[in-house]
Amino acid sequence: MKVPGSTGSGCRFAGFTVCSYTCSHRCGQTHTMAHRDGIVKAKTRRSKRFLQSREPKLTEGQKSSMIIRGGNSSETVSQALKDVYALKKPNAVLYKRKNMVRPFDDSTALEFFSKKSDCSLFLFGSHNKKRPNNLIFGRMFDFHVLDMFELGIERFVSLRDVKTDTCPEGTKPLLVFAGELFETDREHQRLRNLLTDFFCGPRVSAVRLAGLEHVLHFTALEGKIYMRSYKVLLKKSGCRTPRIQLQDMGPSFDFVMRRNHMASDDLYKTAHRQPRGVKPKKKKNISHDAFGTRLGRLHMQKQDLDKLQTRKMKGLRKRRGEQTAETAAAAAKAPRTDE
Amino acid sequence: MASCSFEDVLAKAERDEAEKLKGITVSKELDLEFDPGNLLAFDKNRIDTREFKDCKREDFLRSLARDNTQLLVNEIWKLPTERVEEVLVAKLPDPTTLLPREKPAPKPKPPTKWEQFAKLKGIQKKKKTNLVWDEVHKEWRRRWGYKRAKDDTKEWLIEVPENADPSEHQFNKRNKAKKERVARNEYNRLKNIARAQKIKVPGMGLAPTPRQSKAELAQAVNVAKISTASVGKFQDNLPKEKTPKNTGKKRKFQPLIGDFSSEKQKQLDLLKVMDSKKPRLDVTKAVNKQMREEDMESRHKNKKDFGKKGRRGKMSGKGKAGGKGPKGKGRKPQMKQGKR
Repeated sequence: MKVPGSTGSGCRFAGFTVCSYTCSHRCGQTHTMAHRDGIVKAKTRRSKRFLQSREPKLTEGQKSSMIIRGGNSSETVSQALKDVYALKKPNAVLYKRKNMVRPFDDSTALEFFSKKSDCSLFLFGSHNKKRPNNLIFGRMFDFHVLDMFELGIERFVSLRDVKTDTCPEGTKPLLVFAGELFETDREHQRLRNLLTDFFCGPRVSAVRLAGLEHVLHFTALEGKIYMRSYKVLLKKSGCRTPRIQLQDMGPSFDFVMRRNHMASDDLYKTAHRQPRGVKPKKKKNISHDAFGTRLGRLHMQKQDLDKLQTRKMKGLRKRRGEQTAETAAAAAKAPRTDE
Repeated sequence: MASCSFEDVLAKAERDEAEKLKGITVSKELDLEFDPGNLLAFDKNRIDTREFKDCKREDFLRSLARDNTQLLVNEIWKLPTERVEEVLVAKLPDPTTLLPREKPAPKPKPPTKWEQFAKLKGIQKKKKTNLVWDEVHKEWRRRWGYKRAKDDTKEWLIEVPENADPSEHQFNKRNKAKKERVARNEYNRLKNIARAQKIKVPGMGLAPTPRQSKAELAQAVNVAKISTASVGKFQDNLPKEKTPKNTGKKRKFQPLIGDFSSEKQKQLDLLKVMDSKKPRLDVTKAVNKQMREEDMESRHKNKKDFGKKGRRGKMSGKGKAGGKGPKGKGRKPQMKQGKR
């Protein structure tokens, strides 16, 4: 298996024999992990945090994707891969060098890459005479291939060719699927699910209304899928909701469906199984007593009780007469001690 | 009359509304399916293929996209909004499309030995405060860790308890006890992990691993050999196996108070060696060392001049051996002909 190149710095795992093959640009670990019996023990706190970030969690964050170039690829495919990488920028890894991998025959290489770089989505591009301009969209569950769809590019307009300004990196795009094929045909349904998974951004609880700038539109028609991406311009309309105007932007593809590998129903069901009890995070230092009052603890610094600022009670203020008597007494004492 | 004008007013209001909404209404046969949590919309309507082929493709697709996006944006604008730092933000509901997980759900960890015991006895976890009042420094300090409240290790005075040996080192005793506690804690933690992952952890070298080195195998063989009732005394050796000598202590020291005559003899010998003018010499060692240095030198020379001078014969080491000391371990090769 040829070594894939990475776009970033290398990592040096001294204890690993396997890791000398591939480097993910996101892991900057030195030999701080001991590897034995298939269990990795962390030697430093940083490596411990790294291992914890890769463990399965109750609620998962955003999926990362790896974009791989195949054994032979044309100009179209390379540009297409770069464009998709630009769309998915922070959470994607691009392997630019050639990898002699055939995903439909043997998916162990892909699974190995996914395990090393902790990516569950992949896009594999290749070109040969039998299947020109081939893109394989796929996803993994537990580092084994779940679904794979092979799409051929018939027509491609790259980001470079369209001379408009693009929206910033990492904006969550609006996704629109059109066409009754996406509803009726089983394969198209699965493909729709896969494309949603691939292109939807991180899961957010709120979105800035003015920041809805990017829309990806997929149309399924006569066995072909047209993917277009537009920039959204919000224009004034009579009421609160703006009127939409679209501007051509970004990569546009005309796909034709080729082979696919769909997961069996049980595997698909297992992949959807959610863990029980996703509890909300508890805030520290808050407790409730028997009456239901909310209590917390404050740790105070030492206070000088003489200089406390209390309420001023006029009646307790020292009167002038008393004051002079005190000073007189003090003065009377002083000369006595002097003597 | 009044009712007429009332209806007129209503009709006019409706017409005004319709005018306003003209910009954003889109008419479709079937309603779209929305998933605002994912900013997703799905249009099930049939696409007119004739229209698609007649008009230019891009324009048709763009107008279709515009309509669908308008409907999606209408849907998003219906969501509750709030102002976060001068920015208008819409709160999204949970996504409705079921997407598969990346990795299987984490399994709950089996309870540790202490947790099992606590459950059995009904011991509850008491929530402890983060900071504790330190009388010595008169401030709030952590319960444990860096700059903690009652730091045992920072004490400069330890009273010797009454029943203790006066010559015992109290500070060392405390440090050793701490090290033992730490080691025991670590051991118990690893045992808990092993129990959780159902890995058998017997003694050293005996845990089955996929690849075992020669040393580990040898260790395993030795441990197995002496694991009999008579500690391996009656175990036969394999044909070419040698019994390892000196298993156990690596260095042997003479007892402090033992044989007086031998000790006396040893001391006298030592004094004799120190007195003598001639240096003590281990001839074989010296010769070997000399030969090794000559080899190194000749190798370097061969590298420099490509076999021109050829290799000079090995000079006999005896003549130069006089310059060597008895234990020539740390000597540099340049000090070959040093005068003593």
